[in-house]
Amino acid sequence: MNHAIKRVWVALTVLFVICLGGLSYIQFFDAESLSENALNKRELYREFDLPRGAILVDGKPIAESVPTDDGQFEFQRVYNDAETYAHLTGYYSLANGTTQLESQLNDWLTGTSSDLLFDRLSAMFTGTRSEGASVELTIDSQLQKTAFEAIPKGLKATIIVTNPKTGDILAMASKPSYDTNLLAVHSTAKAAENLKEISNIDGLSPYRNPAISNPVTPGSSFKIISTVAALESGKFDMDTPIDNPVSKNYPHTNTPMNNFSEGICARDTRAKLEFIFAQSCNTPFVEISQTVGKDAFTEVAERFGYGQQLSIPQNVVPSEFPSAEASEADMAKMAIGEWENKATPLQMNMVAMAIANDGVIMKPNLIDKVIAPDLRVIEDPKPEKFSTATTPEVAEQLTELMEGPVLRGTAMNARVPGVDFRAKTGTSQRPAAEDGTRMVNSWMTGFAPADDPQVAITVNIQDVDYDTGHNTAGALMKTMLEAVFNK
Amino acid sequence: MTEVQTAPVPRRNLELLLVLLALCVGGAAFYLVGSSTEDVDNTDFYVQMSILAGLSLTVHVLLRIFAKYADPVILPITIALNSLGLAMIHRIDLAKGTSQSARQLLWTAIAIVIASVVLWAIKDHRILRRFTYIALLASIVLLLLPLIPGLGVTINGARIWIRMGMFSLQPGELAKITLSIFFAGYLSSNRDLILMAGRKFGPLQLPRLRDMAPMVIAWLLSIGVLVVQRDLGSAILFFGLFIVMIYVATARISWVLIGALMVVAGGVVAGLTMGHVTRRLDVWLNAFDPEIYQATGGSMQIVEGLFGMADGGLFGTGLGAGSPYRVPLANSDMIIASFGEEIGLIGVSAIILLYMLLISRGLRAALGSADTFGKLLAAGLSFTLGLQCIVIIGGVTRLIPLTGLATPFMAAGGSSLLANWVIISLLLLISHNSRRPKTGGVGPTDEFASASTTLTSSTKAVTKK
Repeated sequence: MNHAIKRVWVALTVLFVICLGGLSYIQFFDAESLSENALNKRELYREFDLPRGAILVDGKPIAESVPTDDGQFEFQRVYNDAETYAHLTGYYSLANGTTQLESQLNDWLTGTSSDLLFDRLSAMFTGTRSEGASVELTIDSQLQKTAFEAIPKGLKATIIVTNPKTGDILAMASKPSYDTNLLAVHSTAKAAENLKEISNIDGLSPYRNPAISNPVTPGSSFKIISTVAALESGKFDMDTPIDNPVSKNYPHTNTPMNNFSEGICARDTRAKLEFIFAQSCNTPFVEISQTVGKDAFTEVAERFGYGQQLSIPQNVVPSEFPSAEASEADMAKMAIGEWENKATPLQMNMVAMAIANDGVIMKPNLIDKVIAPDLRVIEDPKPEKFSTATTPEVAEQLTELMEGPVLRGTAMNARVPGVDFRAKTGTSQRPAAEDGTRMVNSWMTGFAPADDPQVAITVNIQDVDYDTGHNTAGALMKTMLEAVFNK
Repeated sequence: MTEVQTAPVPRRNLELLLVLLALCVGGAAFYLVGSSTEDVDNTDFYVQMSILAGLSLTVHVLLRIFAKYADPVILPITIALNSLGLAMIHRIDLAKGTSQSARQLLWTAIAIVIASVVLWAIKDHRILRRFTYIALLASIVLLLLPLIPGLGVTINGARIWIRMGMFSLQPGELAKITLSIFFAGYLSSNRDLILMAGRKFGPLQLPRLRDMAPMVIAWLLSIGVLVVQRDLGSAILFFGLFIVMIYVATARISWVLIGALMVVAGGVVAGLTMGHVTRRLDVWLNAFDPEIYQATGGSMQIVEGLFGMADGGLFGTGLGAGSPYRVPLANSDMIIASFGEEIGLIGVSAIILLYMLLISRGLRAALGSADTFGKLLAAGLSFTLGLQCIVIIGGVTRLIPLTGLATPFMAAGGSSLLANWVIISLLLLISHNSRRPKTGGVGPTDEFASASTTLTSSTKAVTKK
């Protein structure tokens, strides 16, 4: 019997050792892969129990972590003026993930960035909790508020204001917007329900900032780039008139391109660039696109930012100029901002920035500085050059041309007395509405004042009937100019 | 058969020292858990530790009076495990705002008092042999109690609970003791019959069919528990207990093989036909499938436990510094995962070594016991403790499917605590009887002792072959 008892002991010991082996495997050998498992939310949970840095605008938090006793986590992320900043901040949510700046700035905000290593170490030794850094944005709270409130309810519109000399983004507002607080609630059920509701709003995706992630046809506002290409080619100049027929067939097709029917393009069948630009005539651009040629045209577009990676630090979706697969007719369409030529509002703002800043585009940027918990400035990004889009001479000529639309052309409705504003409008075709209304994307992009540009402003309204789009774009631009120059 | 020689030394002072050490370990854990939260309120700590210390010392004093030759290591280990468990339950309470630890302390007190009463009332375990068939009856009643309408309640899909006033009890926990007593009594009386009869097939000596009847009954009982009460853990436990006890009684490996075959057969049938068993197998095998993770009653619990233990790593996050409360049932079924997270692989290995030591001491008592009944009872009781640990730890570590067995002495739950403390008092008594000096007058239970001596010599004859 004792022999059997000893065997039972051996069997139990073996089983216990196997259990120890299992524990060792989990806690040592497999620990890393377990903590990286997609289902493992512990890292996130830990973050939710730590004070996360704030996102600041003019020194005031637009996103901050507030102690809570909801029993689940120690802090609740709170967004102030949530809708005004929704597309910038994004949200920090357990159930729906982390988006936009909350995601891009995560290393700073949680304090896991390598620049905060020392702070983390000292927190470990002193036993205090490590805190994240705060990030001050370049946004001007007044301008942001003005821009957001100016956009009429029900429109899908974006306004961007930048400083062309530094690349600082002063305002970037879009509607429709949403309350980011609704998605940051800790209850996953509630957050999921709110997400569903928000996703149902037409034209709104909580995952996309419309200013940078939704390229659409830029229409005639693209003619700034086309005109630069024309002037750079040396085959066109400011003084030689170009053919400006009322209608002209696209190369090798029987489809006619027409001039803008509501303008006065039909007045002159040969015209200088100045007239063509101010009245936004289309037909001369068939010739321009053919003369410049595919390669040169594409190169100009790329210098202005088309197809380039950019993070501000939100990731900007590259604008598209798919010349490789374009026929000559397609190239002509792209020259007037149609076909598959697609630009984000920020891209068209960068076009204005280039002309305003002697042809040099400064890298658009949202980060003013990063402030450690002890108020030390740990990151203070300096203005950075993004690209040289064109020469100062051509930029100067474009500045001259862009006066036309404001003084006597398509951008007259944005004029503010005493402000020397230069701009180009754009209207690209959208599928007609069900009742047959002509739908368009309306654009206006420009800068002011001409002699010493302080701001580049872009207004984009999507899927709107022509009249509302044209009138609202002008009105919004005017509002922003008045706000910037205190008129 | 080599006789185990134990010097007749009481060793109660060693026990006192170890008890104090165990209280220090538990107290330190308790203190750390309390001090990790911001507002340090040590009232809980002092009150609970004083109660625990008082109870522990009471048992120690009782041992000095009634069983002064008892094994000096069993009680300290039990106290260490029990107080560590209390500390972890308290820790989860602090995180969740519940008050399970007060309840657990109350149950600890009840368990220790009842264990002391057992110690005092029984004094010599051989008395229990008189109750062999009463124990069988008691087992059946205990197992059937939860099925009585109005009394039994279903919790987490298993109908193994009865509710009495504000207390709910798992009578099945006590059944493992009564069943051990029955098996020990039955087998010590019928052992030679089972041993002598039977046919030989090569190296295996097969038992006669009619001697297999009790085994079949035990098997049916386990399946019954599984089918009717939907309690896989207890089914495994009861059947394992019976196989091991019959193996210890006969030293015939054939019993284990037959038992293993029955387990496989029963397991396959259950796995194929019973929804909750199939489901559990699926959850076990595909734990990391997101769909199974998210399903109600899915693998979330075990997977979160694994994540927690992985988080703890070698050294753990420190008591009170992890987040074991994210795992469902962190203070009962998953308490090993909670410890794994907060005291690391090293700490949890120490706990497992404590269990191994405790069970070794129990089996040691079985080895030293002079009577067959005592041997079988001590072996059976020690084995149930061990099997419980292995089944739950194996489940938590995903070596086997997770079943809802209590981690002895640590998991929140009164019935299991009560039953395990009674097991401890029985093991203490058996070890006392096996270690005390054999000289002096024979007691009223001598007839059993002399009977067992004859039996032991016959075993010798058989096993020497």
